[in-house]
Amino acid sequence: MNGNKPELLAAAGSLREVEAYIASGATAVLIGEDKFGMRLPGSMTLTEIEEAVRIAHDRQAKVYVSLNNLMSNEILGELPSYVEALAEAGVDAVEFGDPAVLRAVNQHAPGIKLHWNAEMTSTNYATANYWGSKGASRVVLARELNMDELTGMKPHLQVEAQVQVHGMTNIYHSKRRLVRSYMTHQGRPVDGENLGLERGLFLIEAERKEEKFPIYEDINGTHIMSSDDICILEDLHILLEAGLDSLKIETLLKPMNYNCKVIQIYRTAMDAYFEDPEGYEFQEEWLDAIREVQDPERELSFGFFYKEQVY
Amino acid sequence: MPTTQQHKPKYTGKRYRLDKPELLAPAGNLEKLKFAIHYGADAVYIGGQKYGLRSNADNFSFEEMREGVEFAKKYGAKVFVATNIYAHNEDIAGIEEYLRNLEEVGISAIIAADPIIVETAKRVAPGLEVHLSTQQSTVNWQAVQFWKEEGLPRVVLGREASLEEIAEIKNKVDIEIEAFIHGAMCSSYSGRCVLSNHFTDRDSNRGGCCQSCRWKYDLFEDGRSEQVWVSEEEARDSKMLQQFNLGVNQFPLFEERDNAFTMSSKDLCMIAHIPDLIDVGVDSFKIEGRMKSIHYVATVVNVYRQAIDSYMADPENYVLKPEWIEEMNKAANRPLNTGFFYDTPDHEDHIYEPEEKAAPYDFAGLVLEYDEESGMALIQQRNHFKPGQEVEFFGPGGSAFKMTVGQIWDEQGVELAAARHPLQRIRMKVDQPVRYFDMMRKKK
Repeated sequence: MNGNKPELLAAAGSLREVEAYIASGATAVLIGEDKFGMRLPGSMTLTEIEEAVRIAHDRQAKVYVSLNNLMSNEILGELPSYVEALAEAGVDAVEFGDPAVLRAVNQHAPGIKLHWNAEMTSTNYATANYWGSKGASRVVLARELNMDELTGMKPHLQVEAQVQVHGMTNIYHSKRRLVRSYMTHQGRPVDGENLGLERGLFLIEAERKEEKFPIYEDINGTHIMSSDDICILEDLHILLEAGLDSLKIETLLKPMNYNCKVIQIYRTAMDAYFEDPEGYEFQEEWLDAIREVQDPERELSFGFFYKEQVY
Repeated sequence: MPTTQQHKPKYTGKRYRLDKPELLAPAGNLEKLKFAIHYGADAVYIGGQKYGLRSNADNFSFEEMREGVEFAKKYGAKVFVATNIYAHNEDIAGIEEYLRNLEEVGISAIIAADPIIVETAKRVAPGLEVHLSTQQSTVNWQAVQFWKEEGLPRVVLGREASLEEIAEIKNKVDIEIEAFIHGAMCSSYSGRCVLSNHFTDRDSNRGGCCQSCRWKYDLFEDGRSEQVWVSEEEARDSKMLQQFNLGVNQFPLFEERDNAFTMSSKDLCMIAHIPDLIDVGVDSFKIEGRMKSIHYVATVVNVYRQAIDSYMADPENYVLKPEWIEEMNKAANRPLNTGFFYDTPDHEDHIYEPEEKAAPYDFAGLVLEYDEESGMALIQQRNHFKPGQEVEFFGPGGSAFKMTVGQIWDEQGVELAAARHPLQRIRMKVDQPVRYFDMMRKKK
C-alpha cells in the first residue's frame, strides 16, 4: 500500500468552481484556457488562473493547468510567454499531450511539473516512462484501460499515475466543425448560433436509441462525449490499494452542485479508507447519494474498468 | 531584368533526402504489393501479424515479407511495415523480437506511433528506419522538431495539416515529411477516436476500428433554442420521434426528410494539386488503403506516378490531364475532396447522402503473355467476363485502350461462352499490344 494519500482532483471552469470543489474535498483542481487546453468545463484567463492559485494554495490544494491541445504552428509563438506566466503564477503542473508543449516548458519554464495526458493514447507504462525520461512527472492514463491494466502497471511506473474515477469521457475529437457542417447541409442558418457546451446537443445512434451522446463544438473542433458516466466508487479501494497517485473527477457538462456532491462522497470514501484500510468497507449509502443527483438518462457505469476489448 | 517565369510556386520548401518525391502505396498482401510496385510505387507499406492497425487485413508473415522485399528490390523499391498501434502493457513483451525479425527480412522502415515502439526499434533494430505515424496527429513544427531530435528521419503529418502549415514545417525543420494524398480519412484526429470501443468493445487504437464515424446518427438538443425546427406539437405527434425516448425538454434538430447526421468524411484526392505538393517539399506522397482492391491500388498508383513524373520532368509545361481524373473516378469508392490542404472541411466535405457503394469498375483479367505476331493474349481471369462485353486494358505509364471481347478459349483451345472460373487462363485476341501485368477491367 502507498503511504501517501492520493490526491482527489477535479476539473474546474471558474473561480467559483475552484472554491466550491476544494471546499467539497478536492485536493487539486485542473483548469485552463480553451485556446491551450481541451474540453475544460470553462475557460479561464491568466488573471483568473493567478487568482485560482492563490485560492487553492491558501487551502493546501494544487492547481494544474491544461495545455493538452494538439497545437498548431499558429499558437506556438504564444506558448513561451504563456508557460512563463504560469510559472510566475505558481501553478503546480501543466498537462500536455503535444511534444511542442514539452519543449516550451523545458526551455522557458523548467520549474513547472509536466503531466503527460494524451487522452486515449496513454495506454502503457513503458511509454509513460518514456515521457518521464523527457521530463514528465505524471501520466494521465487512458480511460479505455481496465482495472488489471491500471493496477498492473503501477509497479512498473517511474512517474505518478492519474486515473479518472468519475464522470464522462471524450470518445471522439475532430478538428472539423461537424455540427455546423450538418446544419449547413440541412440548409439551416448557423451564424451566431451557439453550438458549444451550454447548448445541450446530443446524438443518438440509429441502433442504440437509449444512449445519448453529448456533442459540442468549440475553437478546438467537435467533441463527442460518452453516454454514460464512469463511477468506480464501489471499487475505489482497489485503486487506493494499488497506490494510484491521483483520482480525477471529470466535472464537464455537470451542474456545480452535482460535482460538489460527488467530490464530497469520494472524499468521504477516501478518508474512511485511510482511517482504517483493513477495516474499510464500501457503504451503499455513498452511492445512493450520488444516484440521487445523477441524471437518470446517464447510466453510472464501470466504464472500461471490467470490460474485455477485442481488436 | 530576369525574364518572368511562367510557373510561380505558391508554396516553397525543399525535400530532405530525395531528388524526387516518393510515391508510397498500401499493400494489403503480397499480390497487392507486386501490383503497387509494378504500377509505379517507390515504396509500399504493409502490415505484419502484430502491432498494426488493420487487424482485418490479410497481413504478411515474415516469409511473405521476405518475398515482398525481394520483389521490391528488382524495381529499386522499398517496403515499410506499419507498427502503428498504441501498445498496452501486454503488447510490450514481444516488440523486440518482432522488430528484429523485420530488420532481418529486409524491411526498410517501420511506421510507429507509440514511443515505446520507436525507442525499442532504435535500440534493437538500428537498421530499421523509424517513421512517426499519422496516429500521433503531429501538425506543428515544434512537435516535428522534437521527433527529429529523437532521431527520426521522417514524420507522417496529421491529416489536419494545411499546405501553408506544411510549408512552415518544411522551412523550419530539416526532416522528411510524409503526407496522405489519397484515400479514406479518419474524420477525427487520428488516434483520438474510441467510438468503436464504446459501441462494440473493439479497440480502435489496436486495429479494431469498426468505422462508427460512417454510421447514421440523429441530432437533438436538450433545452429549447430560439430557432424551432419541429414544434412541440409536431414532436408529440411524430411517429418518427416516438421511437426515441426523449425527455420533456429534448427536441430533434432534424425533420423527417433530412439526411441523418454523420461524421463520415469524403475521401482525399490530390491529383489536381500535384504541383503544390511537390513545390511545398513533401517528401513522400502516401496513398491510403491496405484493405483496398488490386484494381484500386494499381489504378491510383498509376495515375499519381504519371502526374509526379510529368511535373518533375517539366514543371513549366505541366498540365493536369483529364484522363487522370477519369481514371481516379474509375477506382473511387466515395466522393472525393482535398481534406485540410486548402481549408478546414465543411458541409461539402462530408457524406450525408446515401453512399454510392464501391467503384464502378471491376478487375476482370490480368495479362500473362502476349504474342505480337498473332495479337493473342493469355489472360488470367479475375472476374466474370464474356464475348461481346466492352473491356478496357491498361498498364503502367498510362497506356490504355477499350475494346469489345471477341471469341475466347481456354488453354486447351476450347471455345468458351464466358470466363467463369477464378484464375482460369484464357486466350483472346486483343486490339492493341499488351504487356505482362497489364490489367483488363470491365464496367460493373
